[in-house]
Amino acid sequence: MNLAAAESVNSNLAHISNVLIYSSMAVYLFAFLAYTAEWTFGGRSRVARQSAALSARPGESVATAVAEAEAAASTAAPTVSVSVAKAGGGTTTLTRTVAAKAGKVDIVAKGDSAPPVEGAGASGGDEQADRLGRIAVSLTTLAALLQLGGVVTRGMSAGRPPWGNLYEFTCAMTLVAVMVFLGLLYSGRDVRWLGLPLMLGVLTGLGVAVTVLYAASEQLVPALHSYWLWIHVSGAMICGGALYAGAITAGMYVCKDFYEAARAEGRTKGGRWSDICERMPSAATLDKLSYRINAIVFPLWTFTIVAGAIWAESAWGHYWQWDPTETWAFITWVVYACYLHARATAGWKGRKAAVLALVAFSCYLINAYGVSIFINGVHSYAGL
Amino acid sequence: MTDDREAADAQAADARAAEERDELSAAGRLSSAPVAEQDQPEAEVVGIGVLGWLRWTWRQLTSMRVALILLFLLSLAAVPGSLIPQTAASPSKVEAWQEKHKAWVSLFDKLGMFHVYSSFWFSAIYILLFVSLVGCIIPRTWQFVGVLRARPPAAPRHLVRLPVYATWRSSADADTVLTAAHGALRKRRFRTSAAGDAISSEKGYLREFGNLLFHISLVAMLIAFAVTKLAGGQGTVIVVEGGTFSNNVTQYDDFEPSSLYTADSLKAFGFTLDGFDASFQTSGSARGEAVNFDARLSYWLGSDGKKTSGTASVNHPLQVDGDNIYLTAHGFAPVIKVTNAKGEVIYDGATPCLPQDANVTSLCTIKVTDGYVGKDGKKTQLGFSGIFAPTAEVDPVLGPRSTFPAANNPGLFITGYQGDLGMDTGIAQSVYQLDTTAMKQLKLDKTNPWKAQLHPGQGMKLPDGGTITMTGLKQWANFTVAHNPGTGSALVSSALAIIGLIGSLFVQRRRIWVRAVTGADGVTVVELAGLARSESSRIADELAEVALVLQDSAPADRDGDGTDHGEDADDDPSAEDPELTATSLSKER
Repeated sequence: MNLAAAESVNSNLAHISNVLIYSSMAVYLFAFLAYTAEWTFGGRSRVARQSAALSARPGESVATAVAEAEAAASTAAPTVSVSVAKAGGGTTTLTRTVAAKAGKVDIVAKGDSAPPVEGAGASGGDEQADRLGRIAVSLTTLAALLQLGGVVTRGMSAGRPPWGNLYEFTCAMTLVAVMVFLGLLYSGRDVRWLGLPLMLGVLTGLGVAVTVLYAASEQLVPALHSYWLWIHVSGAMICGGALYAGAITAGMYVCKDFYEAARAEGRTKGGRWSDICERMPSAATLDKLSYRINAIVFPLWTFTIVAGAIWAESAWGHYWQWDPTETWAFITWVVYACYLHARATAGWKGRKAAVLALVAFSCYLINAYGVSIFINGVHSYAGL
Repeated sequence: MTDDREAADAQAADARAAEERDELSAAGRLSSAPVAEQDQPEAEVVGIGVLGWLRWTWRQLTSMRVALILLFLLSLAAVPGSLIPQTAASPSKVEAWQEKHKAWVSLFDKLGMFHVYSSFWFSAIYILLFVSLVGCIIPRTWQFVGVLRARPPAAPRHLVRLPVYATWRSSADADTVLTAAHGALRKRRFRTSAAGDAISSEKGYLREFGNLLFHISLVAMLIAFAVTKLAGGQGTVIVVEGGTFSNNVTQYDDFEPSSLYTADSLKAFGFTLDGFDASFQTSGSARGEAVNFDARLSYWLGSDGKKTSGTASVNHPLQVDGDNIYLTAHGFAPVIKVTNAKGEVIYDGATPCLPQDANVTSLCTIKVTDGYVGKDGKKTQLGFSGIFAPTAEVDPVLGPRSTFPAANNPGLFITGYQGDLGMDTGIAQSVYQLDTTAMKQLKLDKTNPWKAQLHPGQGMKLPDGGTITMTGLKQWANFTVAHNPGTGSALVSSALAIIGLIGSLFVQRRRIWVRAVTGADGVTVVELAGLARSESSRIADELAEVALVLQDSAPADRDGDGTDHGEDADDDPSAEDPELTATSLSKER
């Protein structure tokens, strides 16, 4: 009946973890304010907006993906370099030594293959706002490090994966979302516009976690003593973080798409609302990004469900028994399948599909939180 | 003369229109998305008889739109089962719910709301969905086989109309260019085909392959589920420490057969529960939560095979002869001895008590059917019921209960009855419930009922003579012996489904055409065009790479300078299509 010393909980570490999580929340709050300020002050500068609008015209370097093979003009060893301007900034350059002097080759892209016109980003090209944005990213990085410390110490305090109950799950999931965001930023993708909605989600998630979901660091019930905890739950967690990003993007796409349609018909009034929309990435980019995120998550989500079924088979004797959590995972899966199909179906692509992505994400939320809190099933590990 | 011109123009326009259709269809076939159903003309539907209607229904059913609606319905239909208790998961919860919502019971019963996932409407939705799926997969598989056997489609005449396009003039001759292009594309693992002055190439067949694999795997998974449902079954049994179970339907407390898995299908094996180990949290807010459960078993195969020892614990079922033995619950079984007034032992055995809460406060029932003679000299039966607590504490309000799930201070709190246990009525009776309708409570005197509080080794006199003693304490474990054929195939098909999904979502199918024509002036016009799904923005990069490689054998003339596309003036893309963006980013060094 006695527990081995190694199995007991280190309450010191658990306390450090709590402090770190609270500190990260404070820093996230500052980051949130900085992102808000970036959007606010970025919109103020008319000059910046005009210059942004100018640089966003089709045919300009930023806006057009042009690949070009270009010969070195007079050097002895001629090289050809091809630069492809990416949608959303960044350039890839390929260089190659060629046998003979060569002329220039244009690569022309049109229709779906042509890059869309992007907004100028949250700062709207304003230097001061841009500085605020960079401060916000630094704060986000600091907060993520604090949160990482919080999650790791939490896991160490009980000597197990730090996602044994809903509180830990939420902390780890929001951390994954932030780390993916930072990863994209540091790898050169211009996704700073995601910062504000991301901070909103992270703060809400952590806020709910520390107030409603909090559970002290403990050992796990025997049903969770399995390596599938690493696999199944971390899968669900990564999916959650990524799907949130997918849902934000889908939501922004709906806004921007309405705005672009209005602009095409000349119905834009140029108020604060259109000012914000103007700075968002183009509807096509948002749509593509949302699709990509959701498409990457879908196989992972499928895997998470299958892993759960394998675990259930060894834990409960059935790989599937329509437990509420299983049911909602299935519903989420089917709605995401709807989204993927809708996107490829005439009459459904575009806004309707984006709305489906939002519905699917709410199904995920019901699955992770609603079911654990309001419906009791065999997945009753929330620690509530 | 003008007439001739007009005729020629009209002809050219026709040819061009036909070609545009070709190019469009080339793009269409490239997409892995199902072809959107074209609206059927009404005339085809009206007055075409039964066969026509069937065809129409089939076409509707296999259309993407209907599949989408069915998917939607499937997700909606799954919702009520998560909100209303289901018989399969917990019959007691269903009863409690029905008590609370009496008005709804008959309607919900008719709709199968208490077994949503086997109800007619849920089945109808997923069967229709899978019929629709099969109706979609089969033609697409044939189509895909056709694509694999055919060569990549020939180059459209006007490559400039394709989404990604590059051209330059070179002094190299056409054959050299085409050979180089062929090599470059082969190196990039494109499937190539040379026809006339052009090379067609295609890549990314794995997309459609993955797509088909995914959907076929889903069908396989459904079949595996059906096999499990039809040929699987399970039974549950409580075994006390030291007790033995042999896989026979009479030994089960509860047996759930299926159409193809009956009492006769049970395999011959058995096991003894040698011991049960449990450990719990001893401190903190989760005090009392289980840390570990292990049931130590010795099992044998056949009727009298060699004994092998094994362990069944949570998450780790013991596999015996293809069946799985799961540890699903545990509890305590006080060993009770009852004697009559003459001192004869009339009951002696471990009696499993059913846990009621997390600290294993359990309900106990002891039925003594034979051997007791009452005060009046008549034979009577005895029944005892009460509470067993592994760590006993008597709460002034709640009465006896357990404060910890381990046996730190076991106590049994019982009252007794005598009379007819009602076991001869022929109605099946639970061993865990006492029917006291034909029984009288044992009393010490007129007002005070007989009560006993027993700890291991302690006994108590019965009012009419005899004793009841708790001689010891054992643990019991509840096992589910499950036979789940189809699990392996479900696993394999789900793995294949994921692999297929990855292929269908991440592989991009694209085509690249290269055309080289040497004109009368000896200058070769090289044209490259690419076509890909809209999700792939890499086609421009890929085309650029091919163009770059071709510079080795077909360097672009420096005079061309990229402004002259070497095409007729009316093919100038920017003149024809304002959306088209032709840009040169010249950075001369």
